[in-house]
Amino acid sequence: MSGDRTAILGRIREALRVPAPRHHEKPPAPATTVTAPFREWLPPVGPSHGDRVAVFARLSDVLKTEFIDCPDLAAAAQHLAQLAETNGWQKLALHPGALTDAVAKSLPIAQLRIDGDYDKNALEACDAGLTECECLVAQTGSVCVTTRSSGGRALSVLPPHHIAIASRAQLLPDLTAAYELLAQKYAASGYPSFMCFIGGPSRTGDIERILVLGAHGPKKLTVLLVP
Amino acid sequence: MSAKTQFHADANVTTADEDRRAFVRRALGGYKVTRAKTESAYASWEHARDVASAIKYEGLNHLDAMLEQFEQQFTARGGKVFWASNSQQARDYILGLARDRGVKSIVKSKAMTSEEIHLNDALEADGYAVIESDLGEFIQQLKHEAPYHFVFPCMHLKRDEISALFEKELGSAKTDSPEELTMIARRFMRRHYLEADMGISGANFIIAETGMISITENEGNARLTCAHPRIHVALVGIEKVLPRLADLALFLPMLGTAGTGQNMTCYNSMYAGPRQPGEEDGPEEFHVVFLDNHRTRLLADPEQRDALHCIRCGACLNVCPIFKNIGGHAYGTTYQGPIGSVITPHFRGLQDWKHLSGASSLCGACTEACPVKIDIHHHLLHNRRNAMKEKPALLEKLLWKAFSWFMNQPRLYAFATRFTPWAMELHPLVKASALDPVQSWTKTRDFPEAPPKTFRQLWAERKEAAK
Repeated sequence: MSGDRTAILGRIREALRVPAPRHHEKPPAPATTVTAPFREWLPPVGPSHGDRVAVFARLSDVLKTEFIDCPDLAAAAQHLAQLAETNGWQKLALHPGALTDAVAKSLPIAQLRIDGDYDKNALEACDAGLTECECLVAQTGSVCVTTRSSGGRALSVLPPHHIAIASRAQLLPDLTAAYELLAQKYAASGYPSFMCFIGGPSRTGDIERILVLGAHGPKKLTVLLVP
Repeated sequence: MSAKTQFHADANVTTADEDRRAFVRRALGGYKVTRAKTESAYASWEHARDVASAIKYEGLNHLDAMLEQFEQQFTARGGKVFWASNSQQARDYILGLARDRGVKSIVKSKAMTSEEIHLNDALEADGYAVIESDLGEFIQQLKHEAPYHFVFPCMHLKRDEISALFEKELGSAKTDSPEELTMIARRFMRRHYLEADMGISGANFIIAETGMISITENEGNARLTCAHPRIHVALVGIEKVLPRLADLALFLPMLGTAGTGQNMTCYNSMYAGPRQPGEEDGPEEFHVVFLDNHRTRLLADPEQRDALHCIRCGACLNVCPIFKNIGGHAYGTTYQGPIGSVITPHFRGLQDWKHLSGASSLCGACTEACPVKIDIHHHLLHNRRNAMKEKPALLEKLLWKAFSWFMNQPRLYAFATRFTPWAMELHPLVKASALDPVQSWTKTRDFPEAPPKTFRQLWAERKEAAK
């Protein structure tokens, strides 16, 4: 049963027999060598890796993301251990992965590995969730997670602190590049059932427009960038 | 009471509440500042609007093909599409699903479409507990009140009112901290995300190319609603299409900027079907309900078809002088503000809702604020014209005829204006009463005082003096 499919499509086709006038100007051709769509008009990001890091760091500041540009994996592991200690974590949830395993292997607290089916109540009881990501987006200060790269849908949103770890090559300039990457990885074989751009910890301004962090999702977001 | 009478009565009450008006105006002033700042970071916001409008135009003018493409992709990944012509069909389908699958509790993220079809009432009448998880919607649900603004549902409430509401409904302690109030809602909601059998959401975009829906939010409640409940239902207006996945690279930042002045909203999620093999979590079933509910009627009007470009950012409300003064509830519609005044007559009947198109100063601030270039204020004029064409106001026509005849009789005019001073003397006796011929003006305003001499007199005097 698919409902009123035929009737609705019929009404749409009938309606579209008369063309609508356009209210938009024809978008101008890109003036520079920029060829990918939208780059010409959206907030610009400089060409070098240093520019990307600078923009990502500035936006992290705005979005209340803790952004750490780590010199090596050991430094990232050390920062994670420090977070665990200062925040008094009892249990960390994570998914198996080269980066997650590398920084969490010597962490002296209990760990819940999200691998296949898991107990959602146990995940809810964790103090933090550690994930990898598809990429970081400098233009918007976002972390792109998917079910494929980041241990499912809930790991990056249910625990009160989300730590995302990414390698330097994963820091992309803009959303256009992020969608190019996703298409390249998944268009042929099938997209993950969930993909998300995360910009900072969960927030709300519903009460008197006053910013409150940790509305329903994580109260803190830490991004660790490693070589 | 007709919708028009109700509108006038409600608007009279809300405009008299100057304290609330000042409160709302202050909040919207804050929006204006942040939005302007974010907008200025774009290489060219104006060109971005043109491109966004062009993409929406493309999607909407191939709507049949777009929806079919979505359906094919989405179904191939194990999703199910239901096409609902009207509210009744959409409600029946979702209710039927809940019964059929033995659903006990339902958690919901924000969806204006569900307000449109009164989904919660239908589910609750059938004995289901439905929890609104968006903070603003949750507050409005506890208050048994419709959203005030379709992006900021409780922007009219002050913290002490919310605290009192929570005290009464949830038994929490009194507080004046927005943070503490948010945490009360957070604690209350947590177990529902884990225990609910069904999650209901709306969608901001339908991606034809890849068979996905995209949901934009700040709180994370929609992500949680779509993570653990075993059934996910998304109720979506058919006009929400975008042709390609990569179009989101433009629309996600623009929606955030126009909607709240953010660079981009905190969470922008794309959902492609239920849990896939090899994935750790996600719903077993994913249903997308396409809602027509007279959208095709608006589509059939080429002149106003672009009103379906709307991405529900709420920018036109935020800048509207009418909204700022009468507030969201006075409209009596699901979609408030200028865009609501444009589309409601198409959805619910032109003659019953044409009065909203009159409630406008035609300043054009809405059109200027619109990220997808909908010609909003002209559409208000189109509605007025269409309403008049459909049902001519004979008395008004007659009055204009008489007026134009009178104005073309110079002697009669001169004769009549001699009586003006006397009429002005007598006017206060009937001012604003039913006997007053200009009552609808003088009810809320003073009649301008007539100058001591008419133009003709002055003219004659000058001519005399020049001699």
